Parts: sequence; C-alpha cells; structure tokens
Amino acid sequence: MSTAEIVTAEPDQCLAGLGSARTEAVLVSPTPIDRSATPSVDHLGLLEAHAIFILREVAAESERPVLLFSGGKDSAVLLHLAAKAFRPGGFPFPVLHVDTGHNFPVVIEYRDQQVADLGERLIVASVQQSIDDGRVADPGPNASRNRLQTTTLLDAIAEHSFDACIGGARRDEDKARAKERVLSFRDAFGQWDPKRQRPELWHLYQGRVQPGESLRAFPLSDWTELDIWQYIGREGITLPSIYFSHRRPVVERDGMLLAVSEWVNPGPGEHATEETVRFRTVGDATCTGAVRSAASTVDEIISEVAASRISERGATRADDRFSETAMEDRKREGYF
Amino acid sequence: MGATVSTPATTGGTTPGSGHDTEGPSLADGAGRDPVTRARATGVTGNAAAGTGAMDLLRFAAVGSVDDGKSTLIGRLLFDTRQLFDDQIEAVAAAGRRRGISEVDLSFVTDGLRAEREQGITIDVAYRYAATPHRKFVIADCPGHVQYTSNMATGASTADLALVVVDATTGLREQTRRHTCIAALFGVDQFIVCANKMDLVDWDEAAYRRVADEFEALARRLGVVSTTVIPVSALHGDNVVDRSDAAPFYDGPTVLEALEAAPAGGWAGFHGAHRGTGARLPVQWVLRHPGGGRSYAGMVNGGPLRPGDRVVVLPEGIETTVSAVETFDGELAEASVGLSVSVHLTDDIDVSRGDLIAAAEEPPEVTTEMEATVCWFGDRPLRPGDRLRVKHTTRVTPARVSEVRARLDVNELTLQAADVLEANDIGVVHLSMATPLAVDPYRRERITGSFVLIDEATNATVAAGMVGRPDLPAG
Repeated sequence: MSTAEIVTAEPDQCLAGLGSARTEAVLVSPTPIDRSATPSVDHLGLLEAHAIFILREVAAESERPVLLFSGGKDSAVLLHLAAKAFRPGGFPFPVLHVDTGHNFPVVIEYRDQQVADLGERLIVASVQQSIDDGRVADPGPNASRNRLQTTTLLDAIAEHSFDACIGGARRDEDKARAKERVLSFRDAFGQWDPKRQRPELWHLYQGRVQPGESLRAFPLSDWTELDIWQYIGREGITLPSIYFSHRRPVVERDGMLLAVSEWVNPGPGEHATEETVRFRTVGDATCTGAVRSAASTVDEIISEVAASRISERGATRADDRFSETAMEDRKREGYF
Repeated sequence: MGATVSTPATTGGTTPGSGHDTEGPSLADGAGRDPVTRARATGVTGNAAAGTGAMDLLRFAAVGSVDDGKSTLIGRLLFDTRQLFDDQIEAVAAAGRRRGISEVDLSFVTDGLRAEREQGITIDVAYRYAATPHRKFVIADCPGHVQYTSNMATGASTADLALVVVDATTGLREQTRRHTCIAALFGVDQFIVCANKMDLVDWDEAAYRRVADEFEALARRLGVVSTTVIPVSALHGDNVVDRSDAAPFYDGPTVLEALEAAPAGGWAGFHGAHRGTGARLPVQWVLRHPGGGRSYAGMVNGGPLRPGDRVVVLPEGIETTVSAVETFDGELAEASVGLSVSVHLTDDIDVSRGDLIAAAEEPPEVTTEMEATVCWFGDRPLRPGDRLRVKHTTRVTPARVSEVRARLDVNELTLQAADVLEANDIGVVHLSMATPLAVDPYRRERITGSFVLIDEATNATVAAGMVGRPDLPAG
C-alpha cells in the first residue's frame, strides 16, 4: 500500500453550503486552480514589485515620510526602487542619512553623488552634532557610535515631524529583524514592542499613527543578501568601491578586520597588515569589519555570498556581539 | 479520482550532504544527530544550496498547536538544507548552553526574541528564507498559542501553502483545527501535514494513521483538495530533509521533497489569475508626467492588464480604455498579476487613490453593504453597532457592524448563531460602509475580497475580513 497521504477530495465531497451561498463562499474554490501557466515573473521580479508596492503605500498613507540612506548596498537598492516607484515624478519624501562621523570618505562621496544625480533632497543628521550639543556622551575617539545613532535619529524625527522612516533592513540579517513587520509601529519614544505588533494581513499595510508615534517601513523585508546582489547585478546599480576587492591596511581586532583609519589604529599588541579585502556591509568604521576576498565583480561576489558559511552581520558587525539580543535591545530603544 | 498533487519530486542535488542517508534513523545516535557536531563532521560547504540563477518563489506558513514542534521543524529544515551559517549555529548552541540545555535547541533558530527563549514558546511570526537551485522559500514560522492567533493569521495571509505540524502522540488539537480553518478560509489550498514526534511513539503506524485520518476528515470538510501527511521527527531529522527508514510503512515524499514539488506562486504573484475575475488595479498613487499627462500606479491583480483593454473606474463607474501599461523600465504588451505598474487611460477622467480600475466586462460589485467573515483580534468583544474603519485595497472608509450573525465552532466546523465575537473568534458579520467599496467574493480574488478593520480610537488593526461567508452548515 502506498501511504503517501495524497488526499484528493472530489469537489462534490466538499462539505458545501450549497444553494446560493456557494458563490459567496469564502472557502477554497471547489474548482482546483489551474496552475499550468508558467509564471513569467521570477523571484527578483516579485520582490521588486512588492517593494515598489510598499513604497507607494507608505508614501500615500503617511503625512511626512522619509527614506533612510546610508550609502550601503541595501539602501542603494532602496533608492533605486524609489526611483522606479515614483518617476517621472519627484520622490514624495526627502532622503535622510544618520551620519556617525565615522564613515569612509568614499561612502560619503557616493552618498552625495547618488542623491545629487537623482535631484532629490538630502538631510544629514549628525551624531557628532548630537555629541557637540550634549545630547549624548562622546564614547571616545575610537569607540563605535552605532548605538548613538538612535538618539540622533529620534531627534531628527522630532525636528522634522517625520511619521514614517523607510529603511533598507532585511529580515535575514538578524533574529530580531526576522520578527518585525514590514510596517513596524513605534510609540512616542520610538520604541518597538515585539510582544504587541499590529497584525499585518495580505497586502493591507495599515500605517495609521497618532501624533508623536511613527513607523519604520522595510520594503526589503523578504530580500536576502543574495537577492540584493543578484538585483544589483541585474539592474546595474552602482555601489561604493569598498564593496569590491581591494588592498588596504587592516588591523585584526575581536576576530574582525578593521580598516586602519583616523579612528582605528593598531593598539598595544596589534599591528597593521595590508590585506586583499572587501566590505560585506558598510557602517560605522569602528565596528564594521572587512572580509578577505578577491571578488572584484558582482558575479564573483554572488558566487562568494552563495558559498559563505558566515552570516553577513556575524562576519562584519561588532555591535551585534554585545549580547544575545543586541539588535532587539537596540530596536526597543528606537533604533531602525 | 484525479490526484492533483504531484508525485514525490526529484530534488536534483538540492540536498547537499546526502551522505547523511547512511547514518540511518538511529534514535539512540544522539551525538551523531547533534546539529553542530554533524555540521562539522560532514564538512558540507554551507549555504551553497541556493541557486544563483532564476528561481520561483514559494511562501509557506508553519502552523499548528503550541508545543507540537513547529519551530523545531523549521530549525531542522533550515539546518539540514545548510541554510544556517556557522555563526548562527554557534549562537543557537551558546544560547542553549546559557539556559542549561545540553543539546542544541533548534527552535532557537526562529525563536529569536528574549521573551520567547525565556519561555520556550513562539510569540510572533519569524520569517526565514531558504533557497534550493530553482526555488526561493519565504517561511513564516507562526505561534501556536490561541492568544497569538492574530500573529498566526499574519503569517498565513500571504502563504501559498500551509505546513501543519501535529504531535503524533496526541493527534489534532483545537488549535490545529483553528489554524487549519484560518488557513483554508484565507484560501490556502495546499497542506503538508507533519505527524511529528514519531520517535516518541516508536514509529507506530497507527499513530501516523490517526493523524492522517483526522486531518483528512478535517480537510475534506473544509474543501481542501491537496493534502500530504508525512511521519517525521523534527528533533532527529527523520523525513524532514533526509529520508528515514524508521517508517517502512511510508514511501511518500520527505518534507523538503513535498515543498519542492508544490506549485509556487499561488499567492505571491498569480493568485486569482486563473479564477477568472478579470484585471483589478487598486490605484495607489497618481504619477504626473512632464507635459501634463497622468498615469495611475498600483499592483495588477485578478488577471493580466493590456493596452486596449476596456476598463471601468470604480466606484464612480466611468468606462474608458487602457492606452498604455508601463513600469520604470518601459511599456508592456501585457502586465502579469503581481507586477507593480502604472496605467495610462485614453480619457481624461478624475481618478485618485482609493479608486479601482477593473476589467469592464467583469467588474466587481460596488456596495455599501456586505456580509463578511472576520477573524476578530480586538481586546474587547465585537458587537452589533460597533463603529470601525475598513481598509479595503487602497481605500479607507468608516463602517458600522449592523449585525453579528454567526460564530464558527472550530471543533464541529459549524456556524453557531451568535451576536457577539470574542477575541480570536471567527465569525460572520454584516457591515454597512459610509462610502461604497468595489468588492469581489474572497474566494474569487484575495485582493479585492479582503479587508482589515481598524479601531478608530487606537488605530490598532482588530480584524481580518473576507467578503462572503464560510461554506459550512449551521450548527
């Protein structure tokens, strides 16, 4: 006997309400769906269409949305998708960079060039300014400023009355992000409450907030690192050069290769070496590590990512190593 | 009887490390089954199963009662298909050690919140991603507790397929039935059922048959046509990715094989495409073009949209013709369901966000009154006279609950007369809207047949709604 339990209910065996109710019934159609037609849109096409749909919904339902752009690969994809969603019109939101002051100069140049080429408005919220204004304590010249971004972001939200911040975060990055809705509701303190998230059904993104409350919106939620690179290749999206293999002086610290810079210098017992590296993520230079890599084209990077045994953030982000729930804790405080 | 389910798929190289098969299903082989040990021992190059070319997309939701093993099963599936990175595996192992758990707890792969790990339960949906050479999977690991039903509904509402996990030592529970009902109501028409914890019943065929028989009976009453029941042990990995010989009575597909064989895209891109509603494009945004023209942006649903199509703009009811369909990348000869496009119309008419552009020959119904099935998530009961807002497609309108008509008994699968719905009840209501909506019955088209109810005071989403009533008898 074959016990593969392949059960096929005959349509007339379905417990039907019969009569006129049948045409109004919610339950699965008694007629099996014809799936013989081959889908003509691949996974990247579907991810793109969904992201554009989300961008348009957030822009339409929010009073004062803003798009967060760091110059990293995910926000580069987000900017590209925003152009696809709203051209030939202008963006219905400004572009905001929360600048830790510890960014690679090449990334800052790229940021300014990209936004200028699009003819859109860039707002830079500066962590250095927050420090100078006494809003946050300076953790020291060599310490990570990643965590300080939260205060700077919340201040920018308050100053500009933003009610929706569109970001390039992906759920595959971290186990707390994996739990977050596409539209993530934040209270008047910017806090995420993971135990009380709004239901998010079908494509009905419901972003109503009270004054002072805000949303984070993540159109790339369902994209993986590999999807991002495949899409960058397909669309010919330009990235900062540090994403591709190059030689640079680095110092190994906490198992990560940090670029030697004005903020990162070899400490006692450390020494700088020149390595062939590239960056898998781009963030605060004091806590974003490079990976040894000879991949100098998008295709080579796709092959490398597909074979990688270390996750993107595990390889490159010191800020996630503080504790088991570092990302969840930051989000509870108002982080992206 | 014409089976609509494919035979077990060929997985063509999708299970790297097939050498595992030689390990056999030994239940006593604890060390060899320890995920970390196993990963290191096999030395399989991790995460390389993913394709780097064109893939289709299957979204599925893992559902079922609390403690039946959903998160462990998803953790096992990800682990055995090498979707987990070494640092993630190490982090899961470390989290277990901190809690005094000696063996690696695969449920920690998806239970990522502090509170979830403390309590050993799933509170909210975790989305995970997996890929085999020709398919990308979006996995929603849903919570089992009744108090988190709204989170389960969130995960199930976009699923092409439901993976139902049942504890073979107990059989179907009330939450298994509730989740299966919700998934079926939401239009999920493919179910893979895992009779889990088979190791705890010594792989007794009778325990497997009980799960299969109970689920088959439930599925038949819900009109579900495609069901596959698989005996598994998520804890030990039997029949999840690696075939087990612990169940000689079973010769069907493994969980991964069944997932790879399932038709993709029923929801993500092509839902409704073959159910014959004709095109539906809810207008999201008006794009202004240099020189004065306008186009209307939105996602295509219901059926493809082409230049030359006669369409009607609803709820106004003005007929016109599509002059062009385009994306940023240029004009299209045909826009498939699931694409985000913008549409040019031949006539200069007033169209704005919230309007629906629909095939003129098969328009949806324009109405201010509708009977609907709702899953109620509010903290307080839903009663006749309640005022709420309806969000339907891209339109929001005030509405009043004119009647609560019935409540679904998920055990008996009958509609009981009722005039109030408590939290997590599924019921039938009648709604009166302040402005007309263009609706289809949910079973014909998900996008124009679905809505949410919003609490006017708190802005909370308090119900999932579907146009029409369940095809079930009165109790």
